[in-house]
Amino acid sequence: MLDTAQGVLVTLNGARARLHGPASQRLSYALRERCGLTGVKVGCNAGDCGACTVLIDTEPVCACLVTLGQAEGCAIETVEGLSDADTLVARLRASFNAEGAAQCGICTPAALLAAVALLRRNPHPAEAQIRDALAGVLCRCTGYRALVDAVAKAHNPDDGPKDGAVGSRLPRLDGPRKLSGVEIYGADEWPADALLARAVRSPHAHAEFSLGDLDAYVAATPGLVAVFTAKDVPGENCFGVIPAFADQPVLAEKCVRFRGEAVALVVGEAAVVQALDLTGFPVSYTLLPALMTLEAALAEGAPRLHASRPGNILTRGRVVRGDAESAWAAAPVVVEGAFETGFVEHAYIEPEAGFARRVGDRIEVQACTQAPYMDRDGVARIIGIAPEAVRILPTAVGGGFGAKLDLSVQPFIALAAWKLNRPVRMIYSRAESMQSTTKRHPSRIRVKIGASRDGRLTAMDFEADFNTGAYASWGPTVANRVPVHASGPYFIPNYRARARAVHTHLVPAGAFRGFGVPQSALAQEQLFDELALKLGLDPLEFRILNALEVGQPTVTGQVFADGMGFKRCLEALRTRWRATRAEAEAFNAAAAGPIRRGVGVAGMWYGCGNTSLSNPSTIRVGLRPDGRVALFQGAVDIGQGSNTVISQIFAEALGVSIASLELLGADTDMTPDCGKTSASRQTFVTGNAAAKAGATMRKLLLRLANAGEDAALALAPGALVIRGAGGETRIDLGALPVNAAGFVVECAETYDPPTTPLDADGQGEPYAVFGSGAQIAEIEVDIELGRVRVTRLTCAHDVGRAINPTLVEGQIAGGAAQGLGLALMEEFIPHRSENLHDYLIPTIGDMPPVDCILIEDPSCEGPFGAKGIGEQALIPTAPAIFNALHHATGARITRAPATPDRVRAAIEALKP
Amino acid sequence: MFVRPANLEDALDRLGAGARIFAGGTDVMTTAGEAGIEGDFVDVSRLAELRGVMRVGGEIRIGGATTWAAIVAADLPPAFDALKAAAREVGSIQIQNRATIAGNLCNASPAADGVPPLLALDAEVELASRRGVRRLPLARFIAGPRRTELAADEVLCAIVCPTPPRAMRSTFLKLGARRYLVISIAMVAVGLDLDGDFVRAARVAVGACSPVAMRLAAAETRLANKPAREGLGEWLQRADFADLAPIDDLRASADYRRAAALTLTRRAVELCLRGESGGAV
Repeated sequence: MLDTAQGVLVTLNGARARLHGPASQRLSYALRERCGLTGVKVGCNAGDCGACTVLIDTEPVCACLVTLGQAEGCAIETVEGLSDADTLVARLRASFNAEGAAQCGICTPAALLAAVALLRRNPHPAEAQIRDALAGVLCRCTGYRALVDAVAKAHNPDDGPKDGAVGSRLPRLDGPRKLSGVEIYGADEWPADALLARAVRSPHAHAEFSLGDLDAYVAATPGLVAVFTAKDVPGENCFGVIPAFADQPVLAEKCVRFRGEAVALVVGEAAVVQALDLTGFPVSYTLLPALMTLEAALAEGAPRLHASRPGNILTRGRVVRGDAESAWAAAPVVVEGAFETGFVEHAYIEPEAGFARRVGDRIEVQACTQAPYMDRDGVARIIGIAPEAVRILPTAVGGGFGAKLDLSVQPFIALAAWKLNRPVRMIYSRAESMQSTTKRHPSRIRVKIGASRDGRLTAMDFEADFNTGAYASWGPTVANRVPVHASGPYFIPNYRARARAVHTHLVPAGAFRGFGVPQSALAQEQLFDELALKLGLDPLEFRILNALEVGQPTVTGQVFADGMGFKRCLEALRTRWRATRAEAEAFNAAAAGPIRRGVGVAGMWYGCGNTSLSNPSTIRVGLRPDGRVALFQGAVDIGQGSNTVISQIFAEALGVSIASLELLGADTDMTPDCGKTSASRQTFVTGNAAAKAGATMRKLLLRLANAGEDAALALAPGALVIRGAGGETRIDLGALPVNAAGFVVECAETYDPPTTPLDADGQGEPYAVFGSGAQIAEIEVDIELGRVRVTRLTCAHDVGRAINPTLVEGQIAGGAAQGLGLALMEEFIPHRSENLHDYLIPTIGDMPPVDCILIEDPSCEGPFGAKGIGEQALIPTAPAIFNALHHATGARITRAPATPDRVRAAIEALKP
Repeated sequence: MFVRPANLEDALDRLGAGARIFAGGTDVMTTAGEAGIEGDFVDVSRLAELRGVMRVGGEIRIGGATTWAAIVAADLPPAFDALKAAAREVGSIQIQNRATIAGNLCNASPAADGVPPLLALDAEVELASRRGVRRLPLARFIAGPRRTELAADEVLCAIVCPTPPRAMRSTFLKLGARRYLVISIAMVAVGLDLDGDFVRAARVAVGACSPVAMRLAAAETRLANKPAREGLGEWLQRADFADLAPIDDLRASADYRRAAALTLTRRAVELCLRGESGGAV
């Protein structure tokens, strides 16, 4: 029998401890909430993600599946208990850091513990053993290869460079925090007196609702403090990432438009709210007909979701160049096709979370986010206060990929904290996160492409409908960005692309790594293979022949003078391409069993930054009298590495060691606006601001010593040392006056990429820089079962300049993993796959080796020539896999994902 | 209340009083709230009576609360290789360290990985309550999707398998849409009792292709008395799988499952002849 009042006795991280709480409590909950061991992450509460892995009596288990009572008498180890005094642990951590095995870091404690358990038993595991041991931990960032390498090299970790020069493989600066478990994510910090909020969400896609007696409900529920509904929102009950299209209520008014929309917010003592069965909440729904598909929403006479949007069309995008109509007559070779994709879930391992507190007439919101200033302005509008009265404190972000650009918990916690004048905390459950936050847009695409007999592209016609769900979110961006990108990085003189974002009664679709371009590339790149086939050309050579080069206009008429390295990417793949294509064909010719091999290629391009819109970043820096430089870094690091990359760029421009920098922020009260972490813009845009700030500060420092521009700078404790033609000058910083902020020298610089608006035909200069690349997928197809295994990815990407090659390769491998998921397994079925066992993302067993080829074709616009890579890497993977599938089997997949049943059906359909 | 009784008697008393069984927690906890489970639970995972693998008389007895990890590590004859292969494919190592074999059966998912290998072992389940102990063949115990014959006051104490023929070997194949941590689209367990160059008897069980995993007598008959050499699986015909009743769901279509069952079984037969225990396809 358990005496729960006394708690249970355990050995916790080597020390005897008594854990208090009900014996029925999840161990993960007890460790986090009672013991403060927030290195135990909770991603799903179902054993699907493994983020809560701890060791119990040396064996890895999911702490969310173990009750506190079951832990009695056990030895429990969490990441906090992994001591660097243990050589095995210290080396493993060093190896994780050197290999870039931690990106966002949310799965890192679990991966470390799983690896420790393995290495204690087996210090030199084979790769298959590493995979088996780590398979229970889902990682959405790394693509797993860095994890495998980190464990394989743990007995002798690589030592990364420490100086951090641009181009060096500096281990990420926030790595040690992620590896020790002290990093604070959205759910990891809360004031002791914080109340807890939970949303009451509609189980129906479309319904009118009425609320019962809420006062009586609160009165009858001891510990419940308040229930808030639409009428309690003090400002506008409306939000949206693009102000002109903002249409989503914080709390629904009378009508819900998708399953998962919030109708009320309950707030109270944490234990009470946590345990509340919300099915007893007084709300009743009257079901209304729901538009569940694009077809239904576009049908003649379909009811409107939003009165101001006829035909349920949110926006249209259009790019027209040349004369596509008459070009068809002249195009001797034409291919066309129709393609579809479904909703794709971001499936970051960290569900949305944070807390808010009211400080006088201001509100502070600490939560995971990709866009602190957008959050600030959005919350201000909802609360009805000035933006400056809102302070956003972004936590570390356990994966974002686009969905954490939109508000999630922020309006709820801000509203409740504002009204109650008490801190309020909120943590989304996995189901809630999947039901209510944005997804990749489902697409329905028709493409027709023409070429001359000699294989030159002459015309392309592209039409796409994107299911944008119930509210606008980033629907307009997808509809605008796709027509600009749908050509791919190829020279096509006659072009017409049209896209529509269409409302349905489904979860809002928003931003997801690539903003609709992965969907269009899946169509265009597959048809390019069809075209090459028809022309009798090798698919890679066909792409090389048509690759856009400097001096040639894009489909929007933009002409680049530099930084268009796509052709080089394709050429860099040639050797591998020829060898593996031939190998695969020889294998298939001799194949007796069910396995066929295939090799496919696909290209991509992606404009860095907002489309034809101002999107500046500002970097502020200050030199302290102690010789340290404060770098106010507002570009939120969601795992991609902006903390490290921006530091490297700034240090290089200033000409000092990265060790002299002190990284501050992000915090909207302190760090200037660096825009949102999206559109592959932080290295490029904020990087430019950092380079400018470094150059400006350098000028100011050199002026202190009257030194020439080529003088060398060094910072020592309390001193600035300048070595120039005239010898060495040492300036005692303590003797200089300090400004109000405590700096002897301070400056700020802003960069806004030069773009021009698009005209009615979509002509203009939408981006200052494009990143481009191409990937080869090598696969094996089981033609009887339709199961596809990717055996290798070779990824050549033009990044202009790799500021940090390890981080660039991390983006490529991670992007490719999401591309592999899109190709083979990922589809969110609204109302059905609201968990991580029905919604599948790749595991460590699905990801092959990824060979990265970094092409550095510098752009004069980029900092040190650099361009973005965050989204680029995902785009070509799925079409390369589908092209490989065709190469292997002759079957063309037009509906993603290529699940085993679809692949088998496509192969069967080829049989006479 | 969550209690951990010291012995089976005590556990049965509490079950009789309305508490629910808790063991590995890998199913129960997935439906619980963020903080934990509500209601009365009896944790049987520690009971010595329910743990371990032993030979008793002519039978092999696996305690109901034995974890998958313990089954992988247990000393068992080759006829249990399919069960071990299935054990390695249950979720992840984290799950295998907690989840119990009885939990897999009592949860009665049509896609429970443990069921086909146990059906191929002619397993019975031993159910205990204050009213006494009874045994049921596994095939009868699981009554439908998420339904079993377990009474509210009973606990599944053990899985009992008759000692398999000495020359029996077995293979398990699991098909999912990804590697690791995946709910099966289909899986098969095959047991072959070999008599020199001939198949004396075969056992074929298929999961995730019918409301409850099932033995396929037609397939077994087809393989019996055939030469035990490469190509044995080719004897199997589509018609041998007619008893399956697969459904369309998130993971695959019914047609696909029907075809996959045949393919997987043919392959499992070949692997079994070669003495390979199988695993994920």
